[in-house]
Amino acid sequence: MLNKENSYNIYICGVGGQGIIKTSVIIGEAAMNEGYEVILSEIHGMSQRGGVVSTELKLGGYKSSVIEKNNADIILAFEPIEAVRALDKANEDTKIVFNTSPIIPSTLNQFNQNYPDVKEIVSNLNENFNFVYPVEAEKLAIEAGSLLALNMVLLGATVAHEGFPISKEAIIKAMKNNLNSKFHEMNLDAIEKGYNSVID
Amino acid sequence: MDLNQLVKGKDGDKEFLLGNEATVRGAIEAGVSIAATYPGTPTSEIGNIFSVLAKDAGIFFEFSINEKVAMEVGASSSASGLKTLVFMKHVGLNVASDSFMSAVYTGTPGGMVVLVADEPSMFSSQNEQDTRNYARLANCPVLEPSNPQEIKDMMKYGYELSREFSIPVIIRTTTRVSHMRGVVEFEDISDEEVFENSNNNNQHLQRDSSPVHWKKGFFKKNKQQFVPVPQNAGIMHEKLIAKMIDINKVSNSSKLNTVFEFNNSGNKRKLGLIAGGSAFNYAYDVINGDNLEMDILKLGFTYPFPKNLVLDFVKDLDGIIVVEEVDPIVEKEILVILGEAGLNIPVYGKINGTFPMPYEYNCNIVRDSINKIINENGNDLDNSKELELNKDLTNLKNNLPDRLPTLCAGCSHRATYFGVRRAMDEMGIANEDLIFSSDIGCYTLGISPPYETTDYLLSMGASIGDACGFSAGTNQYIVSFIGDSTFFHGGIPQLINGVHNKHRFVVTVLDNRTTGMTGGQPHPGLPVDGMGDFAPEISIEKIAKASECEFVETINPMLLKQTVDTYKRALKHDGVAVIIAKHPCTLIKGLKRKKPMTINQDKCNNCKICIDKLACPAISVVNEKVIIDHLVCKGCAVCVQVCDERAIVGKKN
Repeated sequence: MLNKENSYNIYICGVGGQGIIKTSVIIGEAAMNEGYEVILSEIHGMSQRGGVVSTELKLGGYKSSVIEKNNADIILAFEPIEAVRALDKANEDTKIVFNTSPIIPSTLNQFNQNYPDVKEIVSNLNENFNFVYPVEAEKLAIEAGSLLALNMVLLGATVAHEGFPISKEAIIKAMKNNLNSKFHEMNLDAIEKGYNSVID
Repeated sequence: MDLNQLVKGKDGDKEFLLGNEATVRGAIEAGVSIAATYPGTPTSEIGNIFSVLAKDAGIFFEFSINEKVAMEVGASSSASGLKTLVFMKHVGLNVASDSFMSAVYTGTPGGMVVLVADEPSMFSSQNEQDTRNYARLANCPVLEPSNPQEIKDMMKYGYELSREFSIPVIIRTTTRVSHMRGVVEFEDISDEEVFENSNNNNQHLQRDSSPVHWKKGFFKKNKQQFVPVPQNAGIMHEKLIAKMIDINKVSNSSKLNTVFEFNNSGNKRKLGLIAGGSAFNYAYDVINGDNLEMDILKLGFTYPFPKNLVLDFVKDLDGIIVVEEVDPIVEKEILVILGEAGLNIPVYGKINGTFPMPYEYNCNIVRDSINKIINENGNDLDNSKELELNKDLTNLKNNLPDRLPTLCAGCSHRATYFGVRRAMDEMGIANEDLIFSSDIGCYTLGISPPYETTDYLLSMGASIGDACGFSAGTNQYIVSFIGDSTFFHGGIPQLINGVHNKHRFVVTVLDNRTTGMTGGQPHPGLPVDGMGDFAPEISIEKIAKASECEFVETINPMLLKQTVDTYKRALKHDGVAVIIAKHPCTLIKGLKRKKPMTINQDKCNNCKICIDKLACPAISVVNEKVIIDHLVCKGCAVCVQVCDERAIVGKKN
């Protein structure tokens, strides 16, 4: 187990096309600008055809970009069952932030599988973890102007957590550096909405 | 990050770069003039960035028809005095290897780096071969970076080395290095001229109608150097061996091979660890994080193997731990060194079973493996505590639905697959009597039910060559699937072979007007080149006809009736039949979005043909009713043609 000062591990997961890599780059760039040693692992390629996408962000002088088992400080899941799939990275103090809207896998019928009830997922997570934060990100994104702002809602919710090492200001600056200026206002609103959903 | 920073960035600037972005910055800092590739994960982003930045960076860039041609473009332009970059995924080097072997003989006076990305764990590949074997096969130096900063720095150093010794230099990365993002500090961009021998000979040869944006070199003829006919090749080989002996002196004293000291002064058993690339990262984090008293020798310049330097590191150890991904290559080199030096020191690696042979490593695997060695001595490492989930959550976690990559909604491959299956049904051809030979691309996803249109797969372009063998070797029906880009890459000789040798099969060129799987790069069948300029469009239909195929038909696969009918006729054709299923990939930007479909629940009889046979991600069953997700649906209307009840209709606003 790595016990390092300034160490903070962020595991981000969801489904291809949800803006996971962009969100990760924004956090990483903000961390760099705040003086952290930071690395990020991305998986591209096959996974972008509706498959699982995950990134791993590590702050604090690590050389390997893959988070060890049970070593994530926070898991940010863009989809409920993907939060469950990521639990190998969690320990009992890991904060689990996740979007409550499911994306049903298209192969469900072919493989004769069922999508679990989201309420059941939330209650199961709550029984096992101390810090579980379901976010109605889809609803908040639409309120901010577009479903496409979903990733920024979740980013805002992530930043709001106690112990998250990067300031909201640095995150907003990095967001502006990475997203089209036409949508800055909407994305800013989305970050605030996500942030306030945790703070309130 | 603004990609333009890769060109505009100044000495001392810091950016958060992907390994592949750092490659581009390294090329620009080094003063590369020519870059060529065929796209392949995990190197695809390098080409995508060059296609945007090449002009501003003063670089000629092309998506070559395949990796072999990319290698030839790099080798010959380097022979003309230019710094050149060729990059590809590991299996791309198989394709390029024929010319690569010779390029090491002829040398590359202008400087050439061949960046090859291996894929331990095969995220998007058909195997996990180790490029370091090619270095040994060809006699070519290898540098192995561990992170984006090192990629950039080794790119620059690679050109120094390549030019000094006139030899190609391999930079071997892995997925975790190419797709790692980290802080990269820039240096200034080289303003160095082309290789001295070929400079200033161009003045009288301004033959371009308009000036080009990249530097040109000059090829100075020298048969003894550049023509490996038998009487020259022997001398070339001797020179190459001598070169590698000289380069070995460089690797033996290279700063890229460094020792990280971890207080290894106790009087217990003295262990040392040797690692490079991504494996070094895992080993470093474990030793640093667990406070293990064990020095690490990090190898960055790994071939010619730095024997003296390694011997120096290991000679006083009581045990040597070797951490490397894929093949036990460093481990074998060390065993040779120990044998030569008459040292009897145990080596813990893959060969003696300490570390697993296949798949990529991580810190947990490295820790568990080191644990086995330390346990021999009675010491156990403090491992992280497993988290115990309660029964309900464990159950939930173990029974999560799979989320596999699938063909997109609106993908024309789905229509083609449905069409060929229906043609088989109507002709009474049983599944086992028809072989689907497939190829490398999105369409390989046809392996999954309900299509199951991938029965055999070897490599790029092989679907047609495989069909030749099935035709000679069996009486079964054969249908091969190959993408448009893959057809150009490696399918044309196979097609000609099939016709000339009188084989009988159906070739389907799934012409979706792009290189889909790797993110939409252009290819010779499109009117645009790698730098976004107009380019002559090569017709697949004309190639097939010029190859004397008697059955060549281009169809829109989305029109199911026509698709089924064409397959039925093609399957009856005595010879090679070519069907070009032409329809643009749904991911191509700027395509007009069509109205989504919806289900008239009054007409739907829940037969679920659309679910069971078409399996479009936009169609699902919710509360026992079939519904279409209008956000996912692309309005391709293939499902409309599948539904016998006419229950699927265009959605009204």
